[in-house]
Amino acid sequence: MIQWRPVYVICLREFKKFFREKSRLLGTLARPVLWLFVVGNGMGSLIKPQAGFSYLQFIFPGMIGMTILFSSIFSSISIVWDREFGFMKEMLVAPISRLSIVIGKTISGTLISVAQAIIILVLIPFLGIQITFIQFIEVVLVALLVSFCITSLGILIAARLTSFDGFNIIMNFLVMPMLFLSGAMYPVTAMPSALRHLTLINPLTYGIDAFKHVLLKNGTPPLGPEFPLSLDLLVVTAISIVMLTLAALSFRRKE
Amino acid sequence: MPIITVNNLTKQFKSLTAVDGISFSVEEGEVFGFLGPNGAGKTTTINILCTLLTPTSGSASIAGFDCANSSDQVRAAIGLIFQDTTLDAGLTAYENLKFHAYLYNLDRSLTEKRIDEMLGVVELQARKHDLIKNFSGGMKRRLEIARGLLHYPRVLFLDEPTLGLDPQTRNTIWDFITMLRKQEKITVFMTTHYMEEAENCDRIAIIDHGRIIALDTPARLKAMVHGDVIHLVTANNKQAIEEIRKNFALTAREENGGLVIETEKGDEFIPKLLHALTVQTLSVSLTKPTLNDVFLKITGRTIRDEVLPDDKEVTREFVRSHRRAQR
Repeated sequence: MIQWRPVYVICLREFKKFFREKSRLLGTLARPVLWLFVVGNGMGSLIKPQAGFSYLQFIFPGMIGMTILFSSIFSSISIVWDREFGFMKEMLVAPISRLSIVIGKTISGTLISVAQAIIILVLIPFLGIQITFIQFIEVVLVALLVSFCITSLGILIAARLTSFDGFNIIMNFLVMPMLFLSGAMYPVTAMPSALRHLTLINPLTYGIDAFKHVLLKNGTPPLGPEFPLSLDLLVVTAISIVMLTLAALSFRRKE
Repeated sequence: MPIITVNNLTKQFKSLTAVDGISFSVEEGEVFGFLGPNGAGKTTTINILCTLLTPTSGSASIAGFDCANSSDQVRAAIGLIFQDTTLDAGLTAYENLKFHAYLYNLDRSLTEKRIDEMLGVVELQARKHDLIKNFSGGMKRRLEIARGLLHYPRVLFLDEPTLGLDPQTRNTIWDFITMLRKQEKITVFMTTHYMEEAENCDRIAIIDHGRIIALDTPARLKAMVHGDVIHLVTANNKQAIEEIRKNFALTAREENGGLVIETEKGDEFIPKLLHALTVQTLSVSLTKPTLNDVFLKITGRTIRDEVLPDDKEVTREFVRSHRRAQR
């Protein structure tokens, strides 16, 4: 059902294009830098450090989550680009299964997000935290899982999006709320209950909480992790599987 | 055994019947053309043949494989060139071809050699590592032809292969297709609404409103229209019709404010005609039968209005030479 040579070449194409677009690489770094040092420092002056962590350090896991969110959604929305510019047809008429296309896009989207998350780690020395090699590996593993989850979600959306006009709606009504309601900027437990319920159905919330477990070790709520790590990983994995299955199914449709 | 067999094929989109029970077959090595106006069902038929759409009823098969049930075998046996470009503008020519080779699982040891070979054929060897976004329309088309043939398909589908290209580039593309056909010995199935292009086909199916209304060689199709066609514009068409009927026993049809006469040896007939008419003649033109006339004869409509400028050119030429002759 899955043909690996096409999957490989679909990934290769995405990587080539990612590294060719210098602006995308730069944007990856610029956005979290802006958030961290402008918003982080501004808000940091209002919020006192708690349990040994400052506000700036608190939002860093959130910034990794944000980078993955934008990168994964962007990668999967490239399906809509491909459709609009005709390249999707080249793949659709090839003797390969639709599942191979979905898997290729998912793997490439995931790995590009992980790469961007790793790039963000260069900011660590400026935050006054230190990470061990083990922690670094843990960050990469969590990033893999979270990226996979968000990419699958993006592909599900892209499969249903018929034109590029829908992109702004997705950005404003899905991506931005997902970012703000994820515990990236403020602790989930500190939110009003209506917002907290929305936060609890957001997969990114659990992903970011997992990053807090890894990066803000021994932290306690509100600035530290708020859910058990096992719950975080379980929720993200479960949602990933559901999303990918739905994405594969909606891609299989043929008139 | 025919390489493409289509049997009573029908495709319905909600209330619209895009393809309405068509049947035909294409022999191996043939250049087979689908000619018809926009929206006649040409692209829908191609999409069914290349397994992008499933038919509502009827069947189609390529190289012995059913298009609806054995899509992977059909896909491996065909090469496609769509109306709109399907290249990745952010990749180089070589990368686009390599992507294709991987999708079609081309033998690894052959890939590099085959890519170079095909780039050579379409004369893009020098642009191998250039990004597609810097290519002209004609170069993109050529690269797509190279890509369509890369995996040794048995049938090459060309959906409006020269749409949007200037006449010169169009001719170049055709030179390539003709050459490739000899070199690669493949069957070509193409759609077009350019008459001149359809003339290059071995056989043509004329399609309108989802039905095949004629299918034959270009020569035999044109023989359906008797003789040459003369377009005449006079100061008084009614009177002219009457005079033509009296003098030559021919029926002139009134069309778009002018007259249309079908006759043998039109070039010899025109001087006689002009001599006999007492009404003032504003313009005369002679057209040797084209596939458009065949289409006109069967449906009462022209395929495309853009065909007219060519005819006008003939008219001007003729009026000019006629005036000179009168002086």
